[in-house]
Amino acid sequence: MNFIDNPGKLRGFEKHIKVEKVSRRSILKGLGITGGFVLAAPVMTRQAFAYETGAGKMPHGVVVDPRVFVSVAPDGIVTIVGHRSEMGTGVRTSLPLIVAEEMEADWSRVKVQQAHGDEVKFGNQDTDGSRSTRHYLLPMRQIGASARTMLEQAAAKRWGVPATEVKAVNHEVVHSASGRKLGFGELAADAAKESVPAIEGLKLKDAKDFRYLTKGQIGIVDLHDITTGKARYGADVRLPGMKYAVIARPPVTGGKLVSFDPDAALKVPGVEKVMKVQGWPWPSKFQPLGGVAVIARNTGAAIKGRNALKLVWDDGANGKYDSVAFRKELEEASRKPGLVVRQEGDADAALKGADKVIVGEYYIPHLAHISMEPPVAVADVKGDKAEIWAPVQSPGGTRDDVAKTLGIPEGNVTVNVTLLGGGFGRKSKCDYALEAALLSKELGAPVKVQWTREDDIQNGFLHTVSAERIEAGLDKSGKVIAWRHRSVAPSIASTFAAGTVHQAPFEIGMGLADMPFEIANISCENPEAAAHTRIGWFRSVSNIPRAFAVQSMVGEIAQATGRDQKDMLLELIGSPRIVKPNVKDLWNYGEPQDSYPIDTARLRKVVELVAEKGEWGRKVPKGHGLGIAVHRSFVSYIATIVEVAVDDKGKLSVPRVDTAIDCGTYVNPERIASQIEGAAIMGLSLAKYGEISFKDGKVQQKNFDDFQVVRIDESPVVTNVYIVPPNSDTPPSGVGEPGVPPFAPALINAIFAATGKRIRSLPIGKQLEA
Amino acid sequence: MIKVKINGQEQSWDGDPDLPLLWFLRDEAGLTGTKFGCGQALCGSCTVIVDKEAVRSCITSINDVAGREVTTIEGLHPNGDHPVQKAWRQVNVPQCGFCQAGQIMQAAALLMDNPKPSHDQIREAMSGNICRCGCYQRIENAVHLASTGV
Repeated sequence: MNFIDNPGKLRGFEKHIKVEKVSRRSILKGLGITGGFVLAAPVMTRQAFAYETGAGKMPHGVVVDPRVFVSVAPDGIVTIVGHRSEMGTGVRTSLPLIVAEEMEADWSRVKVQQAHGDEVKFGNQDTDGSRSTRHYLLPMRQIGASARTMLEQAAAKRWGVPATEVKAVNHEVVHSASGRKLGFGELAADAAKESVPAIEGLKLKDAKDFRYLTKGQIGIVDLHDITTGKARYGADVRLPGMKYAVIARPPVTGGKLVSFDPDAALKVPGVEKVMKVQGWPWPSKFQPLGGVAVIARNTGAAIKGRNALKLVWDDGANGKYDSVAFRKELEEASRKPGLVVRQEGDADAALKGADKVIVGEYYIPHLAHISMEPPVAVADVKGDKAEIWAPVQSPGGTRDDVAKTLGIPEGNVTVNVTLLGGGFGRKSKCDYALEAALLSKELGAPVKVQWTREDDIQNGFLHTVSAERIEAGLDKSGKVIAWRHRSVAPSIASTFAAGTVHQAPFEIGMGLADMPFEIANISCENPEAAAHTRIGWFRSVSNIPRAFAVQSMVGEIAQATGRDQKDMLLELIGSPRIVKPNVKDLWNYGEPQDSYPIDTARLRKVVELVAEKGEWGRKVPKGHGLGIAVHRSFVSYIATIVEVAVDDKGKLSVPRVDTAIDCGTYVNPERIASQIEGAAIMGLSLAKYGEISFKDGKVQQKNFDDFQVVRIDESPVVTNVYIVPPNSDTPPSGVGEPGVPPFAPALINAIFAATGKRIRSLPIGKQLEA
Repeated sequence: MIKVKINGQEQSWDGDPDLPLLWFLRDEAGLTGTKFGCGQALCGSCTVIVDKEAVRSCITSINDVAGREVTTIEGLHPNGDHPVQKAWRQVNVPQCGFCQAGQIMQAAALLMDNPKPSHDQIREAMSGNICRCGCYQRIENAVHLASTGV
């Protein structure tokens, strides 16, 4: 084991993250690179690398062009464009860092410029699905190598020597034979005249020469600004003459405004106007819900004005949505056959003939994202032109939606991407930017729309609610011979299409149909469920309920057969192999199966690694317990061990968490660690407290007092992160989301070990206090 | 006319005296480093220091701080080199960063009151500040580092 080499620089960090000895030899050796490189305009290259990713199939694909992403000023400052949205993953640092690495730029002389929304120019910008490093590691390397080559060619010409004799090293080009050197700044003008080299001929750096990649010693580019209050988030945008708006939206999804009385609101000091906001019929995609906006000279006045509004709503068809009744519906549906989405062998017969059948019914309620920055956007619409400043995960999608909503050409819309104060999938939906655009158009002035925390919790795009039922049939020896998993949950697709009652392929592929266990008879089913509120992506999406159910069931089988949890888990995973579920077009996070198969050798490896480093089986004090869980999501493999302590009043704490991640070839292990540390907190939050519930169609929670999240005094005392070293050609895979799913089941398995109580319904709430 | 000193500068306000200090700072004075997270003193994103005490500016009216000294993240140190800020950077605390101004102000107030807090004291004092990204382990380490010398 090697400690990461970051002495002194990152105190407190090196203690908790360990990278297994990495074979640095030629991480990308053997990459055959093809693809076109059009000089006049950015081009979408077709991916034809040693590993193929789904990047080229994303809207607008990938653009590999140094002139789009890199500029060098005469003073030597290198500006690199970050075209993905920064919501805390470190992507605004990591992707430009890849470019800097390849072009031999000195990071201290690099500036990062945030791209506006323009997918034709920059390629796909939808920062979602844990895709950024996965899709852009190689393109960013190629962009950097192109820029380096152009600088080298310019220097060679200046000196009249063959380009093969010169080499870029740390922000200058060197001719070692003559000892001559020229800085990047001195070469900038000439390099710009060089033709952009073809991708096929680019020579990428050998991994042993990396200065930044895989090292983890670079802090995020916004670190100083964040610690001094200068970092600019959506709400921090201020324009001359800007108005401040807060909107009262229908309390029930699909509800409509009947009437409103603005008089009291208009008497609030600072309130200038009260106006209706256009809403769209449900299912409304990302379009605004409509309602009444209070326009004021500051946000405080707008909120006070909104509180004074008298509003009458027609709740519509969802006015009866009740979480207690709906849970019963979901659970009843899970007890009957549903749409079969995967079938191998004969699970029915095998369950009937089994020596023992273990049934687990699991329930996971709606969750809200509640990023610390509530949704907010600024818009300035003048005539047929619109400019937006907003924390959006999908600036390209936002641009498209603003153009359509206002009925103007997409080319007339500029979307400026601020920092995102958290995203977690909520900010993939740009309804708040559309609200700002509509209001600005009507007012003829720049407007900031600020969502309050109550708005965020009550009018969001919630994580679905689901009942998961698993039946495991065991033979006389205790071997699992049958597995039936029914998953019942409203689909995200319901936000886009009326009448949706089944999960979409991308949801079925998240821990249901891709289940990796080696069992002869498998049936995965999806009974019907209709949505009664807006459902959206939430960090790791359907993997949360599926991993909770599947990994809890592993604990239950171990419990029923008297075996060790980890041994049971490895037995179920079975032999090292590529799992090919009998599912037509199994969704694989948009990635081809060839480069991203379901590889049980890797799944086993993270279990074994975390068991070794996390000291599985160690003796723990009375009242403590260890639990383990593993899950593959976003084409990464993650295993977590949780140590829990439950006191005699049923209060739980988490002294230690250990997580092993195999995310393939990686860029910045320091940010991987921070993502995994954070995933443990988010996992603990949803396990302990996470529940959005409805009564009479309305969300019952309002703010952080009744939708609680974990605070520092209850957070894990220590989270250790272990990163599996990639093989030389292992493609990069997701990091932002996959840390979340295994946490809750590992915790629940640990609680069983500590107390003998099996929690099957989240959140834990007061269940341990009984 | 309400007068208040913010980061050493005299500011005045003749609007609604009930206006929360948060919105005066952000929308009227243009000091956007202080963040809005909940509006109910539940998350700590809006923490500023009034005289020597950490205060939630979202439920503190501008009238409540009349004649007092308010310090925001922008005024904590002229170069951003307060020991807490330096420690934050050394430990690479932030992910999205949105709650960090409030966290830093809370930590700075803690160290004024208790220069050598124990880990338990750090966890207790910082428990009013939510970080949804989950940077708590690093926050605890950074406050400890700031208290022991950066």
